[in-house]
Amino acid sequence: MPDSRDIVRVSQVTKIFQLGKVQVQALQGVNLEIAAGNYISIMGPSGSGKSTLFNMIGGLDKPTSGKVFIDDVDIAQLDAYELAWLRCRKIGYIFQTFNIIQVMTALENVTLPMIFAGMNNDSAVEKGIQLLELVGLGDRFRHKPSELSGGQQQRVAVARALANDPAIILADEPTGNLDLTTGEEIITLLKKLSKERNVTVISATHDFKMLNVSDQVVWIRDGRIDKIEDREELSISVGTIGTKQ
Amino acid sequence: MDKHISKEADTSHDTVDRLVFLPFKKSLEMSLKSIQVRFFRSMITTMSLVLAIFFLSFVSVSTDVANGLLATKDPSFRQVLIRSGYDILPEDTTLESSPKQRWIIILSLLVCVVGIINAQLMAVTERFREIGTMKCLGALNRFILRLFLLEAGVQGIAGAFIGAIAGALFSLINALFNFGTFAVGLLSWTDVFLSILFATGVGFVLSLAGVMYPAIVAARMQPVEAMRVEH
Repeated sequence: MPDSRDIVRVSQVTKIFQLGKVQVQALQGVNLEIAAGNYISIMGPSGSGKSTLFNMIGGLDKPTSGKVFIDDVDIAQLDAYELAWLRCRKIGYIFQTFNIIQVMTALENVTLPMIFAGMNNDSAVEKGIQLLELVGLGDRFRHKPSELSGGQQQRVAVARALANDPAIILADEPTGNLDLTTGEEIITLLKKLSKERNVTVISATHDFKMLNVSDQVVWIRDGRIDKIEDREELSISVGTIGTKQ
Repeated sequence: MDKHISKEADTSHDTVDRLVFLPFKKSLEMSLKSIQVRFFRSMITTMSLVLAIFFLSFVSVSTDVANGLLATKDPSFRQVLIRSGYDILPEDTTLESSPKQRWIIILSLLVCVVGIINAQLMAVTERFREIGTMKCLGALNRFILRLFLLEAGVQGIAGAFIGAIAGALFSLINALFNFGTFAVGLLSWTDVFLSILFATGVGFVLSLAGVMYPAIVAARMQPVEAMRVEH
């Protein structure tokens, strides 16, 4: 079960984008603590600053002011090497557009982060096959991405995200390009893995199917946190949202 | 829970070597595969190089042929050469490429480099998402740079070699038709070999020079690009 340790801590974060001569404040002072092992959904309309916050947590972008801590390390203090290491070992990414490297097979895609982490080829291949079996693609590891369906590609991406046993999995609209049933399968898979491996899953989404499995939902509006709901409170509000949809 | 404890344990020594790796062998393998999979794309990138090196090799082997004929000191060969367009003064015993020729070669090589830069920039743009994804997986700038340089290096050697051999062959065939079989017999093969080697070397250097800027653009790309949905 999730322990009480905070794996991600966001404190007083603001982000200002310079768009030509106009300054846009995407985030206006966000505070957020995410406990290890939880399944978090960040919800919000587009333009709410959801993606910006998400990128900050993933170490892909640096805040204009304020601090982001991952595993008690301030990511603004890290140099390029340490950031690359963080992305490689601590965080697994899942994208809306799958982003499987097209010229490599499923297995090569999964082993790549392990090679970056310094694992030798044989053990990387062995672990890669295990991971692909775990996500239900045990018989397809020699396939090219173009020979896989969207759902299967996303499964490869999930396996790749797990490659170095990260503490956090960041999923950016993981079901955005999938149909309803496939999307649900991916969500169930993520939830299962998060429980089994005690991985913190953070996903930016506006897919309401996500809410059912989330331990916590963070609602963002106009660059601020609107409300944070835990699982218990959630069941009530899900009903109303469901009917609205 | 067991797993969690072991993870805690190795974070302590991770602080010592927080490094990401890409062995050279692996990067070479990735580059070769990338060329193989995108064969048509790589061929277009290499084509301008092949043509420019073809021209360079043709000119320098033709000069070798003319030198072979001149070295016999036979006045009739001298007449043949002058008739076929070589500017030879009576006191010349060897032939250098003329300034005019050199200018044309330099121009063609320049055009070729610009062509390579253009084609490689396109290739980088096409692969933005792939590069961004690799960076999200922990690739350093220099991994990306190395991949592109290796790819261009392999393309450069292969393309330049093909161009140089083709240019030399064409020049020899040309000599056969213009001067007859003896012209090839009088030829110094060491000179031809050196000309081919030189042309291949020039092609390799040009290919690397052409990929430099696009590769730096690719290496500096931010990983966030991988997240972008459009393209």
